[in-house]
Amino acid sequence: MNKGTVLFVGRRLLQLVPVVLAIAALNFVLIKMAPGDAADILAGQMGHATLEFTEELRREFGLDLPLIEQFFTYISRLATLDLGVSVIQQQPVLDLILDRLPATLLLMVTAIAVAIASGVSLGVVAARRQGGWVDNVISVVALLVYATPAFWLGLMLIVFFSIQLDLLPSGGMMRIGVSQSPLALALDVARHLVLPALTLGLFYAAIYARLMRASMLEVYGQDFITTARAKGLPERAVAWSHAARNALLPVVTLAGMQIGHMLGGSILIETVFGWPGLGRLVFDALQQRDLNLLLGILFVSSVVVVLANLVVDLLYGLLDPRITHK
Amino acid sequence: MSRARAFWLRYRNNRAAVGGAVVLAVVVLSALAGPWAYSVDPFDMVGRPAELPSGEHLFGTDVAGRDVLAGILHGGRVSLLIGVMASLAASVFGLALGAIAGFYGGRIDDLIMRTTEFFLTIPSFVLAVVLVAIFSPTVTNITIAIAVVSWPSVARLARAEFIAHRDRDYVLGCRAIGMPDWEIITLQIMPNALPPLIVVSSLMVATAILTESGLSFLGLGDPNQVSWGYMIGVARTVLRTSWWMAAIPGVMILVTVLAINLVGEGLNDALNPRLRTR
Repeated sequence: MNKGTVLFVGRRLLQLVPVVLAIAALNFVLIKMAPGDAADILAGQMGHATLEFTEELRREFGLDLPLIEQFFTYISRLATLDLGVSVIQQQPVLDLILDRLPATLLLMVTAIAVAIASGVSLGVVAARRQGGWVDNVISVVALLVYATPAFWLGLMLIVFFSIQLDLLPSGGMMRIGVSQSPLALALDVARHLVLPALTLGLFYAAIYARLMRASMLEVYGQDFITTARAKGLPERAVAWSHAARNALLPVVTLAGMQIGHMLGGSILIETVFGWPGLGRLVFDALQQRDLNLLLGILFVSSVVVVLANLVVDLLYGLLDPRITHK
Repeated sequence: MSRARAFWLRYRNNRAAVGGAVVLAVVVLSALAGPWAYSVDPFDMVGRPAELPSGEHLFGTDVAGRDVLAGILHGGRVSLLIGVMASLAASVFGLALGAIAGFYGGRIDDLIMRTTEFFLTIPSFVLAVVLVAIFSPTVTNITIAIAVVSWPSVARLARAEFIAHRDRDYVLGCRAIGMPDWEIITLQIMPNALPPLIVVSSLMVATAILTESGLSFLGLGDPNQVSWGYMIGVARTVLRTSWWMAAIPGVMILVTVLAINLVGEGLNDALNPRLRTR
C-alpha cells in the first residue's frame, strides 16, 4: 500500500464517525419510540411487578434521567461496544450477534461472487449476440428472476433439489456429527451453502446481467474497441479483456451500493434455509419480541454495510487505475 | 396530435409493456372485484386441511382448511394497496425533499443529501423489520415502514432534475417577474421534472410489493388481513407434502411484480423518449 492509499483509508475511517453516530441516534430514537421500556419488560418477566418496583428498575437503568443524558450514556456505552443485554436470551447482544455474523458474511460473500460472476458473463454474452435468441433468452430470464420474491424462489428450489431430487440439503449449515477433519467439514458446509447462496445471488445476477449488457454496448461504441478490432485481435479477446474490463465499473458500483439491500435479503433467505446467521437471529428476536436484540442487529448490520462500502471504494482503485485516492 | 395520443403511440411500441398492462389490469380487477364475486371468507375453515385443487376449491385449501383462492383474491388487495400507498407516500416525500435540496442547494442541500445517503446505507429491509416490529403490524404501519425505506431514491432523482432545471432561462424569467419560490418549484419546474419520477415511482410499487411479501412471510403482516407473503409463510410448514400451496401465492407475486416492471419500462419509453437506452 502506498502513502496515498493509507491516507485515503484513514480519512474514510474518520468520515465513518458521523455516520456511525447517526446510526446510533436513529437506534436511540427507535428505542424511545417503542412502547414500554426495558424496565417494563424486565418487571413483566419477573412476574411480580409493582409500580414501585418498575420505578426502581427505571432509576437503576437511568431511564428516569433527561433524554439527552440518556442519549450520551447510550453513545458512551456504544463506544465501548456495549449494546446491552438481550433480556430474553440472558446474553450480551453483541456476543449473540458476533456469534452469527460469520455465517451471514459467508453467505453474502458467496452470493455476491455468484451474482457478479454469472451476471457479468451473461451480460457479456448477451451484448456480443445483441438481438439474437441468446440475448433474448437471457433478457427474459433476467426479467423473470428480477420479479421473483427471493425467499419464495428458495422454497421452490428446496422442493426441486432437496425434496424431489434429494440432491442437496434443504437447510442448516452442516450435518450433525459431520467428521471433524477440516476438509470434510468445508465440503459439508459448501454443500449446505449451494442453495441459499444461489437463491440470494440470482436476484442480483439478473440485475447485473442487464446492467452489464447495457454497459458493454456502450463501451463497444468507443474508439479503443475499434482500434483493438483493427489491429486484428480476436473478437473474444476484444469482448473479454478490452470491453468487459471497462464495462465492469458500473456493476461494481451498483454491487457496492446494494450490500445493505443484500443483507436485508439474506435475513429472508436464512429464515428459509435455517442458515444460522443474523437473519435467523432476527427471526428468533421477532418471535420473542426481543427489541433490544433487533436494534442491536440493525446497528451492527449498518456498521458492516458502511465498512463494506469502504472496501468497495478501495477495490475501485484496483479495477480502474485512473481512479486515484487523492 | 394530442399528448395522450402521442404517449399511447410510444407506449404501444413496447409490446411487452402492453402485455404487462393487460396482465396488471387483470390482477387489479380480480383484487378489486374478486372478493366481492367470490364471497368465501379467506379465514373460514371450508374443508379439510391441504386439499388438492379441485372443482370445489379451485386452488385447494391451506394447512387450516381455508380456501386458497379466497386468500389469493383478498391478499391481492392488501399487496396492491400497500404497494401503491407506500410508493405514493415515498414519492411525495422524496420529491418534496429532492426539490428543496436541488432548488436551493447550499447547506440545506447538504443536510438533505447526507440524510438521504444515510438512509440508502442502512440495510433497508432490516430497518423495515424493526419499524414494523416496534409499531405493531397493521396495514398502515407496514405502509409507513416501506415508505420510510423507499423515499431516498426518489429524493436523489428529484434533486438531480431540479438542479438541471433551476438555472434554465424559463426559471430565470419566473424569478425576474418576481414569482415566489414555491410557485416556481411546484408549478414551473415540477411538471418538467415529473416524467422520470413517474417511472421510478411506478417501479417502486413492484419493490414495495416484494418488501411487503417478505415482511408478512416473516410473520410481520397485519394479523387481520390475508396477504400473499403470509400464505407462503403458512404453506412453508407443509412444503414437503403440499408444495403447490406455497407455489400459488408466489406465482401471483411474480406475475404482478413482472407486470408492474414491464409497465414501468413502457412508461419510460413513452415519457422519456430521449433517455431510451435500447
